[in-house]
Amino acid sequence: MWIFIVKRTGMMVLTALCLTFLVFFLTNLQPNLEKLAKTQGSMRMSDVQVEQWLESRGYKQPLLVRYGEWLGVTPGFVFVREDGKTLGRCVKPGVDLIANYCGVLQADMGWSTVFKDNVASIVSKRLGLTGWLMLFVMLVMVPMALIIGVLAGMREGSRTDRNLSTFAILTTATPEYVSGVIFVVIFASSAVGLRWFKGSSTSAMDEITIANFTLPVMTMAFYGMGYIARMTRASMAEVMTAQYIRTARLKGVSFSNIVLKHALRNALIAPFTVIMLQIPWLLTGVVIVETLFNYKGFGWLLVQAASNNDIDLLLACSMVAVFVVLITQLISDIGYVFLNPRIRIN
Amino acid sequence: MEALTALQITIGIFTQLIPVWVAMGIILSISAYYRQRLGLYGHLFDSRVGTLGLLLVLFWVLTAILADLIITHDPLAQISGMKNKGIGFPVRGVEGTFYLLGGDNLARDIFSRVVMGCRTVLTIAPAATVFAFMVGITLGLPAGYRSGKLDTILSFLSNLVLAFPVILLFFLLVTPEIRSTGVPIYLAAVLFVFPIILFVVLFQSRFYTQPVKRNIYVAITLVLGFWAYSGLAFNMDPLGVFYMEPNLLNIFVAVVFVNSPTVFRIVRGLTLDIKTRDYVAAAETRGEGPWYIMLWEILPNARGPLIVDFCLRIGYITILLGTLGFFGLGVSPESPDWGMTINEGRKLLSIYPHLAIPPALALMSLVLGLNLLADGLREQSLKD
Repeated sequence: MWIFIVKRTGMMVLTALCLTFLVFFLTNLQPNLEKLAKTQGSMRMSDVQVEQWLESRGYKQPLLVRYGEWLGVTPGFVFVREDGKTLGRCVKPGVDLIANYCGVLQADMGWSTVFKDNVASIVSKRLGLTGWLMLFVMLVMVPMALIIGVLAGMREGSRTDRNLSTFAILTTATPEYVSGVIFVVIFASSAVGLRWFKGSSTSAMDEITIANFTLPVMTMAFYGMGYIARMTRASMAEVMTAQYIRTARLKGVSFSNIVLKHALRNALIAPFTVIMLQIPWLLTGVVIVETLFNYKGFGWLLVQAASNNDIDLLLACSMVAVFVVLITQLISDIGYVFLNPRIRIN
Repeated sequence: MEALTALQITIGIFTQLIPVWVAMGIILSISAYYRQRLGLYGHLFDSRVGTLGLLLVLFWVLTAILADLIITHDPLAQISGMKNKGIGFPVRGVEGTFYLLGGDNLARDIFSRVVMGCRTVLTIAPAATVFAFMVGITLGLPAGYRSGKLDTILSFLSNLVLAFPVILLFFLLVTPEIRSTGVPIYLAAVLFVFPIILFVVLFQSRFYTQPVKRNIYVAITLVLGFWAYSGLAFNMDPLGVFYMEPNLLNIFVAVVFVNSPTVFRIVRGLTLDIKTRDYVAAAETRGEGPWYIMLWEILPNARGPLIVDFCLRIGYITILLGTLGFFGLGVSPESPDWGMTINEGRKLLSIYPHLAIPPALALMSLVLGLNLLADGLREQSLKD
């Protein structure tokens, strides 16, 4: 078991290194750097000035050296300007002491060029906001999906099954930007509709209320629900054909008891894996929903970082995203073993 | 002139779609007549879900093909005075013509744009799916059949791409800056080579005992393949037949790149399962080459799950293209594709809901149709 975890952790670190390097490479392509220089300096800079700007901030060093700087294995870039002021990667405003190394290994995620702030503090603040969104989405999505899946799967082929399965297919066919638009028109539009909820969730960043948070949560839960429900249904349907269920039925156990006491526990092993693997998929949904409802969380941050080519911020965002993917994979594998004693990892 | 009532609009849309109804009627009656002989496709009519899916998909495919006959206005033309006008509003100056679903924020006809958008979506999505499948099959078969180092490396690479959040990859890969570096062209150069490899190996493994036939087939593949390849990837087609807008190429390549690892995993899994079967062992005993076994023994027997996934994947790619459009990374700013139209419409959603709803419903029904079709196919192929 421990060897398995160590191996997996090693794999995770390797994957994270490869992926962050890929992001680093793509954000550091020459046109992206020029764009960065022009948005940070001024739009009217000449090519020579752009080159100087990039030179003085260390963007002209070899790619691997700069990636090392970001990781914290090569010394940070230092540049002394003509007026004697020291600039550099590790120079922080208000701090005189200049560290030699300042990268991820030194717990320094870098400096955001858009927000003029520490990347770590921005990301953690936005992640907190998205955390609330995810919490509510999970609270709505998972129980609903499991109920639909169990109800559909316990009598395979019945009318309930067919209706619920079609509903599940419908939700997987409705991406967030479609359901979000439809929900806003129905529930929040000032021209037509019910006006129950608000079409914007900006105020939910301070205080979450039913009016400002229902629509984003509903939108995200709707799309993710169908897939989990279908997996639960398949798993439930399979369990219901098992020998021990037939035995229980022949013994005269009531149907509700069979479902709740005999079938349910075994049927919920597979959906657990699916739910864990679904979490990273929610990221795209988070980005869309936060853009649509103007909720400034992690997804919004990702859009800002990408559209402004904010290298450090984008790297931090992708690290968070990649680790969410890898950790949920790990949890789903380990959890599967704990839930299902028939499987042992060598 | 007064705006049309809801009933008149429904009738108007129905009459505009008459070519589609006629074509659908012909296709369905022929299929129903010969359903016993049509194999899996004929059995589809046995399940209600499959039939419904087929109807929806057929509707949109025919709409895409017949779009020129259906539209009421030029989807790009702006008619003054029609900005954000509601549904069924009469066109100013022209007697007896209407914007059936209203006008958008640039005074263009929404109905015509949705119909034309269908064509854009239904050209890119299936084409991207085909390419993703060819890449996935060409790499997945040997990975599953041979295992070993090749499998380890390819699996690691595919897991790498799969661990990458799709949305982040799109933000990085689909930008004007990336286009100027030529990264999409390099990616295209790699990805577009796989179909050629696949077909060459396909013919080589089948006909290597008949050199004349083999040479003809391989030559045709190479000539056609590299002709299209030069045009699509490098825009250097000497005859100018094959051509892709840089913007479109960028999106296309990104979508194929994101989807091929998933196909790879599916094909690899299926191959691992099928290679233990008796007929594979029989072929090995006969002394068939590995590529013959992979392409002519394993692949045809893996078709069931692959066809199902093909349908699902077209739907998923449609959603992806919509996502790209939603973030303004669509085919082109003028293009009527659904994601872009939803994105433009959502900004005015609370005042003018009619801008975003038609493309949203269109996208939903197409993807729903594809998913239902996949479900029907799965159900029917499991019965065999």
